[in-house]
Amino acid sequence: MKMNGARIMLECLKKEGVTTVFGYPGGTVINLYDELFNFKEIRHILPRHEQAGTHAADGYARATGRVGVAIATSGPGATNTVTGIATAYMDSIPMVIITGQVPTALIGNDAFQEVDIIGITRPCTKHSFLIRDVKDIALTMKKAFYIARSGRPGPVLVDFPKDVQMSQGEFHYPEEVEIRGYKPNLSGHPRQVEKAVTMILAAKRPVMYVGGGAVLGGASDELTLLARKLTVPVTTTLMGLGAFPESDPLSLGMLGMHGSYCANMAMTNSDLIIAVAARFDDRVTGKLSTFAPHAKIIHIDVDPTSIKKNVRVDLPIVGDVKDVLTKMIVQADKNSEKLAEFSAAVEPWHLEISTWKKKHPIDYVQSTATIKPQFVIQKLRELSDDDAIISTDVGQHQMWTAQFFQFNKPRTLLTSGGLGTMGYGLPAAMGAQAAFPERQVITICGDGGVQMNIQEMATLVQNGLPVKIVILNNNFLGMVRQWQELFFDKRYSSTCMELPIDYIKLADAFGAKGFLATKPEEVEDVIRQGLQHSGPVIMEFKISREEKVLPMVPAGASLNEMVLNA
Amino acid sequence: MHHTQHTLSVIVENDFGVLSRVATLFSGRGFNIDSLSVAPTNEEGLSRITIVTRGDEQVLEQINKQLYKLIDVLKVLDFSDGSALERELALIKVSAEDDSRAEVLRIADIFRAKIIDVTPKSYTIEATGNPNKIDAILELLRPLGLKELVRTGAVAIGRGAKGWNG
Repeated sequence: MKMNGARIMLECLKKEGVTTVFGYPGGTVINLYDELFNFKEIRHILPRHEQAGTHAADGYARATGRVGVAIATSGPGATNTVTGIATAYMDSIPMVIITGQVPTALIGNDAFQEVDIIGITRPCTKHSFLIRDVKDIALTMKKAFYIARSGRPGPVLVDFPKDVQMSQGEFHYPEEVEIRGYKPNLSGHPRQVEKAVTMILAAKRPVMYVGGGAVLGGASDELTLLARKLTVPVTTTLMGLGAFPESDPLSLGMLGMHGSYCANMAMTNSDLIIAVAARFDDRVTGKLSTFAPHAKIIHIDVDPTSIKKNVRVDLPIVGDVKDVLTKMIVQADKNSEKLAEFSAAVEPWHLEISTWKKKHPIDYVQSTATIKPQFVIQKLRELSDDDAIISTDVGQHQMWTAQFFQFNKPRTLLTSGGLGTMGYGLPAAMGAQAAFPERQVITICGDGGVQMNIQEMATLVQNGLPVKIVILNNNFLGMVRQWQELFFDKRYSSTCMELPIDYIKLADAFGAKGFLATKPEEVEDVIRQGLQHSGPVIMEFKISREEKVLPMVPAGASLNEMVLNA
Repeated sequence: MHHTQHTLSVIVENDFGVLSRVATLFSGRGFNIDSLSVAPTNEEGLSRITIVTRGDEQVLEQINKQLYKLIDVLKVLDFSDGSALERELALIKVSAEDDSRAEVLRIADIFRAKIIDVTPKSYTIEATGNPNKIDAILELLRPLGLKELVRTGAVAIGRGAKGWNG
């Protein structure tokens, strides 16, 4: 049966199991939207800005593990997706972005709303395609989804010219796809796995350093099993939070610039780091020349480019993290007679770590006069559901969330780690809520970031997405202010937001509900009321204005050179 | 760190934008390109990009891996170990007046280069060979007055009976 290219595209999405897309119509996707009008299998959510639509698709992908889909028109629609694409790229989030394009005959002519979006996004996509013939749509989409979700996942952009949408063609979706230049190595080499376990069993001060890949690779169970079997302490990156339960005694919490004292001390004093799908980002390593000076490094990653990019590696294992950890568990079991001896050998290391934990726990000074942001986060954890999904924006509130919320399950924290995108939190929560209408979805924002995509309140209300927006309001761009306080003699250049916003009225204007707490004793009540409300909610907390995120490793300092007190 | 020059031969899908992906990778990650040449091969749908680049061991390992990470890249051959034949072609327009005319011809003859255009004031020379040989002829011609120089950049092919894919 013949159908037009727009319809073929929708049939492809259906074949890929896509049920929800986030998109914004326009001139070069009007044909696609015309087909979407009667296409009941796909729910279309209209954000109020294409950037937010792309973040929503990203949030959907992070919460579900499926490929998120965003649609935008050509030109400005397409350029508005760029921040969302770059955000997903840095955090390896599987996404397909479909952009309209001017008719093929006009490409290159500076046509109305024409932009070379493939060129613009080349450095921040895993791959991209321009579909030039209706016959190529199905194979292209099969490849796009396959590339997006396999290996190290990432965003794939498909540029879809208007005339191709209008052309008639047959729809045949390929069952299999073969891309001769793309063969991700998923199976960890057995000899390397053997060596890894031997190295671990010979270590005296081992630590597992776990990144976002463990979440993306669905390897939380294997990771938890292996760590407990070997009794190796575990620290995670920001992206790795939730991969290993922070409630477990083996957990050291997050490491890095705002990581825990014990995690950073453990890394610095370790004799063996087992890096699990983490990429030794500069926010994690601090000064490279003094990073983990005594440690041998085992690095497990599906992406060979991550290995030896920033640090020397003694034992690389390229492969899917779940596969490698599963093999390591089997290998550890084969050595079960050595486990007791190993446990005894690492006992002093555990004692040393617990001393560090006790010496400088993640903590703050409570106040009866002003609301401490850390207190709000702790109360939120206490009063929210166990399986609540938390998204954050970027800045102080993000770090307080990472430090104080305590994540015990994978895919419960959605946060822009690599790119550090302000404005991410609200639309990402929107995407997660669209995927899980029954779960509690809370976005924790600062007053800076929330204003970057505040228009999405309208999308929440229109689509019945009851996202709870928590605003930790210090009327500052707090993280930059903190740097200005510590490193620029308190010259608060352009970090004071000056104009106080009435968020209750704002919520009201969008048809949502607003709550405000200005005193510590109001915090619990506001959270209870906010979480109980059936629709979208803003909970604003006026927090102590110059509270800092601590500990802090100043940029360029060694990981053990932490600023611990104000 | 020890910097060495490497000649990489990259087998790629002859797809829209593939050269741009490779070039973007090099510029975006701060890798050097000393020369780059590209053309289709005998195999349907494949092109071959020859890149001469520099860096220490870690950088070259990253270049190699990052190239492989591109979906359109099938194979990266690193010819730094002298396992390949390298050739480059140069078109050289050189001043040739009065007594220097004979000198230019002598130099061209020594390097087995061809004169492909002649005017009363100039010769245009076509020289081929290993990039070092091109450098050498240029060194000799430069004092005589180079008017224009075009080099293709190196292309390289492995020694022996086997093709790149066996």
